[in-house]
Amino acid sequence: MERNPSEKRARSLSTSLMLLIILAVMFVLLGLRTEKFLSIGNIQNLFRQTAIYGVIAIGMTFVIMSGGIDLSVGAVVGLSGVLSSMFMSDQLAFKWSIPASIIVAVAATTLIGLINGVIIFDGKVPPFIATLGLQIVVRGTIMLITNAQMVSGISRAFRDFSTLPILGFPALGWIWLGIAALSMLAIKYTTFGRNVFAIGSNTEAARLSGINIRLTTYGVYIVCSFLCSVAGVMMTARLGNGVPTGGIGYETDAIAAAVVGGASLSGAEGSIIGTVLGSLIMATLRNGGNLIGINSHLQEILIGLLIVLAVLLDKRRRK
Amino acid sequence: MQTNGNELVRLENISKTFPGVKALSNVHMTVRAGEVHGLVGENGAGKSTLIKVLTGAHQADPGGVIYINGEKCEIANPAQAKARGIGAVYQDVMMAPHLSVGENFFLGKLPRRGAFVDWARVKRETKESLHQIGVDIDPAKQLSKLTVGMQEMVAIGKILREKARVIIFDEPTALLTNEEVGELFRLIRRLREDGCGIIYISHRMEEIFRICDTVTVLKDGQYIDTVEVGAVDENQLISMMVGRKLEDMYSIGHPRPGEPALEVRGLSRRGAFEDVSFTVRKGEILGFYGLMGAGRTEVMRCVTGADRFDAGEILIDGKPVRLASPKSSIAHGIAFLTEDRKRQGLCMNQHVSFNINIASYPAISRRGFINLRKERSRAHRYVEDIRIKTPSIYQRVKNLSGGNQQKVIVGRWLACESKVFLFDEPTVGVDVGAKVEIYRLFEHLLEQGAAIVVISSYLPEVMGLSDRVMVMSEGRIMADVPRAEFSRDGRMDEEKLVRLASGLKDDGYESRRSEGL
Repeated sequence: MERNPSEKRARSLSTSLMLLIILAVMFVLLGLRTEKFLSIGNIQNLFRQTAIYGVIAIGMTFVIMSGGIDLSVGAVVGLSGVLSSMFMSDQLAFKWSIPASIIVAVAATTLIGLINGVIIFDGKVPPFIATLGLQIVVRGTIMLITNAQMVSGISRAFRDFSTLPILGFPALGWIWLGIAALSMLAIKYTTFGRNVFAIGSNTEAARLSGINIRLTTYGVYIVCSFLCSVAGVMMTARLGNGVPTGGIGYETDAIAAAVVGGASLSGAEGSIIGTVLGSLIMATLRNGGNLIGINSHLQEILIGLLIVLAVLLDKRRRK
Repeated sequence: MQTNGNELVRLENISKTFPGVKALSNVHMTVRAGEVHGLVGENGAGKSTLIKVLTGAHQADPGGVIYINGEKCEIANPAQAKARGIGAVYQDVMMAPHLSVGENFFLGKLPRRGAFVDWARVKRETKESLHQIGVDIDPAKQLSKLTVGMQEMVAIGKILREKARVIIFDEPTALLTNEEVGELFRLIRRLREDGCGIIYISHRMEEIFRICDTVTVLKDGQYIDTVEVGAVDENQLISMMVGRKLEDMYSIGHPRPGEPALEVRGLSRRGAFEDVSFTVRKGEILGFYGLMGAGRTEVMRCVTGADRFDAGEILIDGKPVRLASPKSSIAHGIAFLTEDRKRQGLCMNQHVSFNINIASYPAISRRGFINLRKERSRAHRYVEDIRIKTPSIYQRVKNLSGGNQQKVIVGRWLACESKVFLFDEPTVGVDVGAKVEIYRLFEHLLEQGAAIVVISSYLPEVMGLSDRVMVMSEGRIMADVPRAEFSRDGRMDEEKLVRLASGLKDDGYESRRSEGL
């Protein structure tokens, strides 16, 4: 029964270490197979692609660690994308500045997290159902306000931002890594981080220990929506237009990245670094698969198998 | 070896080695027809392993022999055990809660007529089997709608229908109310009369003495002895289990009580309890005795702000306070140690440090940022202070023993500088050694000036530990009994306390109280 003293730490390290090794092996194999993979251009591209998924996956990780799930993330990404582009384009009565558009769009879509939190905590609706409902409502809202038309005419400066390299690394990638670093700090150093684990592990014990379950539940869904709103703005910059169908299906990738990274859907397991690596592994599979010409349908099959395999291995290792 | 005619099971030289551990070594046990045979020992003594060998879940090491009805045989898997008439009832009744009683009876082998299930037969046979044990339940009822006690009856009925002659009960009363326990015991006695052999496992000594004829004691996988229950007393039996002589495990130092720490006046919650008043002073243990469902836990949940109450007043250190949530009661120094540690107390998959600090993070953070150095040092301090046996403060609590888990929760409340400790059934599910440790912990808390409330349904525990005992029945306080009256030579004996807890007033006692004594 008694095990290695710093078991808990050793374990979370080893999950990340294992993922890091897998990633390194993938990089080496793909680099040997095609020169293009390790070219600066492709690596930049890889991080640009991963950044948007990566930010959403971090938000999802907070929710999963608290024992919940958020199926509305993709729709929130889409809404934030079309709202910000509508504000900064000339579609509305007056044209807003880029910062104002972003701030208002992000603030408005972040509210969806609060709505999720209220339905889940106060309405006692299971998170799966509550956020599934919200996903459909938000999707419908996007179609209604855009008339299912693409929003064009956003400023050049904004679009250029997505390709802009800072210190040789894409700006979108910096945003992602910055958010990851802040999230790690939040998990490690703040009471909010501890509370997320507490309610994910045992809600009743957390409540009797004086933790405010309501605020913590609202908190995780708000953090998740906020990060998705940011991802939506990033997506708009990358696509150059507000796309009504943007973000469809992103919830699956976000959950997959978190789970590959060691998060458990029963709560109180997982880490930000794991999710970051999980996102990178999934993106590398797609990117590398395209480069070496693996049939894209076959790629999806491989990714699906990877998810199941990752969880199986993790379960076995923990026994 | 000669076998006696009425021997149902004889286990000889049973050893079981797991990689690195010898769980059983040369254990023997004989169960006769018409006998209730207790099996006792501390956690890890090997009781469960022995039962698993008998039910075919484990194979004994070579050299062990199992005789059933005098016939040497091998039990290679659970199906063979079943076929030889061995059945077991576990504490968390292992059946399908969402299916009906009848479906559970025929689980996996529903009778068919043509392509369809023969529901008429399921109903008829289920009803018949249950009638035989004196239970009247609609076979169509969903299992989870029944009380745990009734579910257990269904499990027993099912085993009997499968023609079990040897029935193993593994902590069967853990989740039952006192009334249900009475019913279960009546049934067990009936099975005994019908010539079944019963193996009865329990931590609760009073049950062993109530129901068993013979008892076999195991310790660290070794066979200690088999004795007639009538020939030993509780202390002797416990000494055999722990391997050393125990004087009186309840005798702990009681300091002179000080000022009132917590006063509750006229507390009521509709449908749960009414007009409950009590006072607990610093350095004092106040016992709360009653049957399950008497409302004791509900009272404490209101005191800790976990539930709301309709009327009444709570005073801490003589000042009225408003306790709207667990957070505010914690701030006022109240610690609540729930009965169900796993579900309401601990974050089982988190580590010791997390569980110790969980209620005091606000105290060691500034603007939401935790001082990690303080977090670590506090964890270390309480692990040492109350001697939590753990290889590290980063061990997950699910890997600790029951007694140490309980200590982690105590550490949590010490870290919050709690002054009033409300323990709800603190020793349920922990073994004798851990019990003694928990009582030592009470002593330690009292010395520091804490006030302790102990809810317990186990009379010797309440009487042994408390300075005063409140008796509750059906949501009302029946009596407030000082130690002098229930300790040796007092006017309150066990029988009277039980009568009060059952809602029967003791006239002499009541009138004496109304005279203001």
